[in-house]
Parts: sequence; C-alpha cells; structure tokens
Amino acid sequence: MNNKNTLSTYYVLPYIIFSVLFILLPLFVVLYYGFTDRTGHLSLANFIHFFTNSRTIGTFFYSVVIAFLTTLFCLLLAYPIAYILAKGVYRGRHSFLLVFVLPMWINFTLRVTALKEILTYFEGNIAMHPFFNTIICMVYDFLPFMILPIFNSIVKLDDSLIEAGYDLGATKFQTFVKVIIPLTIPGIVSGVTMVFLPAMTNYVVLDMVYNSTYIMGSLIGSYFSSYDWNNGSIISAVLLIVIGLMTIISNHLINNKKW
Amino acid sequence: MADTNIIELVNVSKSYDNNTEVIKDINLQIKEGEFVTLLGPSGCGKTTILRMIGGFDSPTTGKILLDGKDISPLTPDKRPVNTVFQKYALFPHLNVYDNIAFGLNLKGVSKAECDEKVKNVLDIVDLEGFEERQINTLSGGQQQRIAIARAIVNEPKVLLLDEPLSALDYKMRKEMQLELKSMHKLLGITFIFVTHDQEEALTMSDKVVVLADGMIQQVGTPEDIYNEPANVFVADFIGESNIFNGTMLEDKKASFAEAVFQTVDDYPRGTKIDAVIRPEDVDIVKPGEGQLQGVVTSVDFKGTFYVTFVQCGQYEMEVHCFELHHENEEVGLKIDPDMIHIIKYDMTLNHYEGRIVNVLEKTVELKFADALVEMPVTAICDGKFTISNGELMDSGKNAVDLNELILDVSFDPAKAQLSDNAKDGMVSGEIVSFYYIGDHYSYTVRSKNDIDYVVDDEYLWNQGDKVGIIVPRNLIRTAL
Repeated sequence: MNNKNTLSTYYVLPYIIFSVLFILLPLFVVLYYGFTDRTGHLSLANFIHFFTNSRTIGTFFYSVVIAFLTTLFCLLLAYPIAYILAKGVYRGRHSFLLVFVLPMWINFTLRVTALKEILTYFEGNIAMHPFFNTIICMVYDFLPFMILPIFNSIVKLDDSLIEAGYDLGATKFQTFVKVIIPLTIPGIVSGVTMVFLPAMTNYVVLDMVYNSTYIMGSLIGSYFSSYDWNNGSIISAVLLIVIGLMTIISNHLINNKKW
Repeated sequence: MADTNIIELVNVSKSYDNNTEVIKDINLQIKEGEFVTLLGPSGCGKTTILRMIGGFDSPTTGKILLDGKDISPLTPDKRPVNTVFQKYALFPHLNVYDNIAFGLNLKGVSKAECDEKVKNVLDIVDLEGFEERQINTLSGGQQQRIAIARAIVNEPKVLLLDEPLSALDYKMRKEMQLELKSMHKLLGITFIFVTHDQEEALTMSDKVVVLADGMIQQVGTPEDIYNEPANVFVADFIGESNIFNGTMLEDKKASFAEAVFQTVDDYPRGTKIDAVIRPEDVDIVKPGEGQLQGVVTSVDFKGTFYVTFVQCGQYEMEVHCFELHHENEEVGLKIDPDMIHIIKYDMTLNHYEGRIVNVLEKTVELKFADALVEMPVTAICDGKFTISNGELMDSGKNAVDLNELILDVSFDPAKAQLSDNAKDGMVSGEIVSFYYIGDHYSYTVRSKNDIDYVVDDEYLWNQGDKVGIIVPRNLIRTAL
C-alpha cells in the first residue's frame, strides 16, 4: 500500500514541474510587474492608470463590446446548428459535425484573409463597414468553439426528457425553454467562456480587417514593444481577474442548475 | 369498471422509413379503468403501440380513438394521457416538487392548489416530505415513485407505463408490482403497462395482450392466456410448456408422443394439432401406470418444486413435481384430459402464392415467395398440365395464360431441412424464433424480403443464425 502511494506521488511530479514552470511562474511574473513601478517598488499606480487612462479603459470597454457581440452571434448561430446536428436527421453522423469544425484545421490568418476577399466581393471597399466586418470575421473564427461544447451537451441529453416535457403538457417551445435550455447550460457556459475571452484579446482580426489596435491584445503588445512591462502586465492581470470571475460565475451556474 | 372503451386502436399499422413494418394492422379495445398489459419479446412492437397512444409516434395507417374521438393528429401535450418512462426521465435540474408540479404549472394551477396536489401524490407514492429533495439524491425505487407521482398528478384518463420496473432489482420490482396494482385500484384510471416479463404481466393485469412480430397473438385475462393459449407462440412464451405435434382421433382422443390421450377439446378426426401440457400438470406415477413410460434424465431443485425431465422414447417431457425422483429412475407419466390443451395446427404455414414464369421443354419455372425453382410439369397440380410447343396446356388441351394462373404453393415443415450454408437450398434467411416440440425444434426462418418459412429440425440452432432451407423438389406441393 505504502509503496504504491509513494509511487503515485512520483507520477504527479511532471505535472507539478510543468505547472510551476509554465503556469505559476509566469503568473507571478505578470502580477509582479503589474503591481510594481519601473524601479521595482510595490505600487498601485499601474492599476489606477488602467482605470483612469481613457486609452486603456476605452479599449477595455470596446473589447468587451466586440467580445460580447461575437459571443452573442456565435451562440445564436451555434445552438440551432448544434441541435440539428445532435438531434436532427443527421444525428449519429459525425461527418456533418466535421464540416463545421474543419475550418479550424486551416491557419487562422489564412481564413481571415480569405473571408476578407469574400467580403470585398460583396461590399466593395471593406473599410466602409469595419466594425460590422470585424464581427463577421470574429464570429466565423470562433463558431466551432461554440458549436462543439453545445453539441456535446445536447448529444448527452436523453430524448425521453424531451418527450417527458411534451407528455406533461408542454408545447415544443415550452419544452425548449423549460427542459432543453436548462439541461444544456453547461455546454452554453463552456462555449461562452471559450469564445468570450479569446475574442476580447484577439487582435489579428481587428488588425487585418480594421487596421485597428483598439483591442486588449494589441494594447498589451504595444506596451510591451515599448518596453513598458508594468503597464502591459497590469492589463494582463486585469484580464486574468476577469477570467477568474467568469470561471467562478460559470461554475456556479453549472453546479447550481436552478436559476 | 365501466363497460365503455376508453382507448381503441382501429387497423393501426406502423412502418418506418426503411419500410420495416413494426405494427401490422392491429385492432385493440381497452376499457375504462382496466389494467392492461402489453406483453411480448423485445422488438414485438409493444413500446411502439404505447408511444403511438402517448403521441410520440404516429400510426402510418389506422386510427387511435380516445373516448371515441380520433387522437392520432394530436401532439402529446394535447392528449389526456401521461407516461411513466422506462428510465424515469425525471428532470435533473428540478427538485422533486418542481418535477411533480411541472405539468400543473403549465396549466396555470394556483400555488396553493399545486402544493396540495403535490402533497397528495407524494402521499400516494409513499414519499411524504420529499418535496425539496434533489433528483440525484434519490434511489432508483424512489425515482420510480416520483416518476409515477409526476404522471398521476395531472389526473390523466390513461396512464402509460413503459417497462417502468425493468431497472429495479428483483425484490423492489415485486414490491412495486403490488403497489402499482393497489394504486390502480385507488385511482380508478386506465393503466396500460408494457413489459417483456410474463410473470409481471400475469401478476398485475386485468387483461393481457400478447404481441409478437407486430401482431396481436392473444388478448385475455391472465388465466385465459395461461390456461388456453391461442397458439404455440403464446404457449411457449407464457410459462413453461411441453408441446407435441399430433393428430386428432375420433371421440375426443388425440395421438401424440406415440400414445393416445383422452382430451376435452374436440376437433374433427384427422385434424393436425399441437398439444400443450404445462409441466405442473403432469403427474409422475409408478412405472407401467399412466399414458407414457420413461426414464428420469435430470432433476433440478427450485425451492418449492423439482424440475424433472423424463425421456419417453424420443420425446422429452418437463415435469414440475414436489417429490424427489432420481436420475435413471423408471417412471410412468399421467396427464388428466383437462390438462391437455389442444391447439389446431396452423395450416397456413408455408403456404405461398406462386406463378409459373417460364415454360421449358418438359419443365416449368415456378416462382413463389423468394424462390424460383424448376419443376417437372407433371409435378404441378398433380399432373393437371401438359406442355406442347412451349405452351402450358390444361387438361382440356387449352393453352393457359400464365398471368392468370395463380397457384397455392406449400411444403411441409417436417420435410424441409436447414443448412448452415446460407447459399444451399431454395432460399436463405435468419432464424427469428423457435420452439421445442417434444422431439424436435420448430424454427421460423425469415428471408431478407420479410417472408417467413417454418422448418422442423431435430438439431438445435440459435436465434439469429443464417441458414439455407432445403426442400426436395418433389415435396413442393402445388394446387390451384
């Protein structure tokens, strides 16, 4: 027994080493730079600067808006697609799911470039609708990340639960709202997390479509390229806090399914 | 129990997209307040019937009447019917109270009335005070009760139960059987219960509907079904039975298992029959007494009785008795006339519509069921036809129009043979069912065109085996 226990402790070692090197240490570095000044003294100046500087806080809210819209449209598109794939006539035929996931195999910038060409064909000068085009590209890029978790949660949903809804007098719509949606919340939450946060920091699309750096990712990059580690780090730290909060809220939603 | 039909199935058939017919023209009446069980092996269509009454499947043809009105176009939410699902299907995101109140909330029942009703049904299912419990904290038996409570709280006219006890362990199942029965008495509504467990069906129901292959085999009280099975399938499926092929002699006498038995049932002399004898209806007597003489081949103790197998010549008889007999003991077997149930042999077996599709020099090509066989013209309809100049002539020497000539083609199950090479023989198919008949097995083989053939064979094959059927050409009978 004892032997086995010590042995399984060794199995954990690689994971611990990995976590320390690639998770804890970088995290500490980010927090350290975020909460110190250029001389290395503890300071809240960067933190205050983040919320008082119109450029950083403006970018933050702008990023939130882009991420929110991207997530919303992804959700609105992904849910029906995932539902049809999981329960419709194509059920059990995963090749149809592949059609929606396949674009992920193609390089990200290549996809955006291709989509830009298509948009140019329809709109002429895409610079006329930069915001609109950004959302289109973002939604296109992130859609598979929303479809997959929702698809998985709908596939797991037992048909007899849906039938029980009808049986107890619920119409199709009522069953959808009272049975199907609540039971697929975990899928929705993980889809939202997988889309919202990357969308907030994704500067490639904005850069390529908009020629804009008005998003969190670009902002961090621009601070770092001017060797301002402290202000760059505090943005990362704030984003970390946002991620942390969202994870806590989503866990709460999944565990406490009653709303 | 009122005498009006609450549910009526009129000529109901159901086929799926790939053209497999799972329900074949069923007619069924269910009276108000009855406890009806749909009983049959898996794949017999019992759950499909329940789903059609519940509204989850719609019949391809035919009508489903509730109180005389056709409900087949109605969606499940519009039917005064509730279902207890096989795996309970309780909503995991709701607690016990919200699960039970789900239907009431949709109807807009007031909170006070809702509380009252939920409390009431929890009382009926013996789970008082469980309102706030989460579903995943309940045992299988408790979930089962909540599922029943959730259905009956809506006061349906008919309660549908889809194998609700199959997930419970043996003891719990026995308990729930009795409880469901008393619940049925208390509520007074119609219960339609689906099961593959014949013991469960006999214990619980007022009326049992035995199904096989999408067709009703027999409808009757549990006693009727057990004592007077309508056919060999029912006899074999419900309880244990000894089945023998035989023939009627005059004066209520039948001959089977190489002996003559006095019977209660009477059929004309020469009628081919199947005799069904329940193992508990056979008495073991001293050697030399009784109708059959044999040797005990095996004895198994079952708690309250011994399962004793007795070999009488080439026939084997299963006997349930209270006294212990020993292997190799010589015994006599005595069967009282009213313990022998006689079923008229199904003479429609292996009868097919056939046509002559081609006339050759001395032979014709006969097409029936899945088969195309070349037969000498003299073998067709006892030599009624001849061939001249490549044309088929009848006895009056007139040419026969092949399109108008429909023949009844048949062969005797005993004369056909099974082969494990599916390519051998006239047709091939898969064994879908079989019974043991005294000294041989009777197999039903289904071809890929969904045509059934019955073949007797002394060797044991398994359900699902792919076999070929060999029928000697000279034993294929044809008639007009």
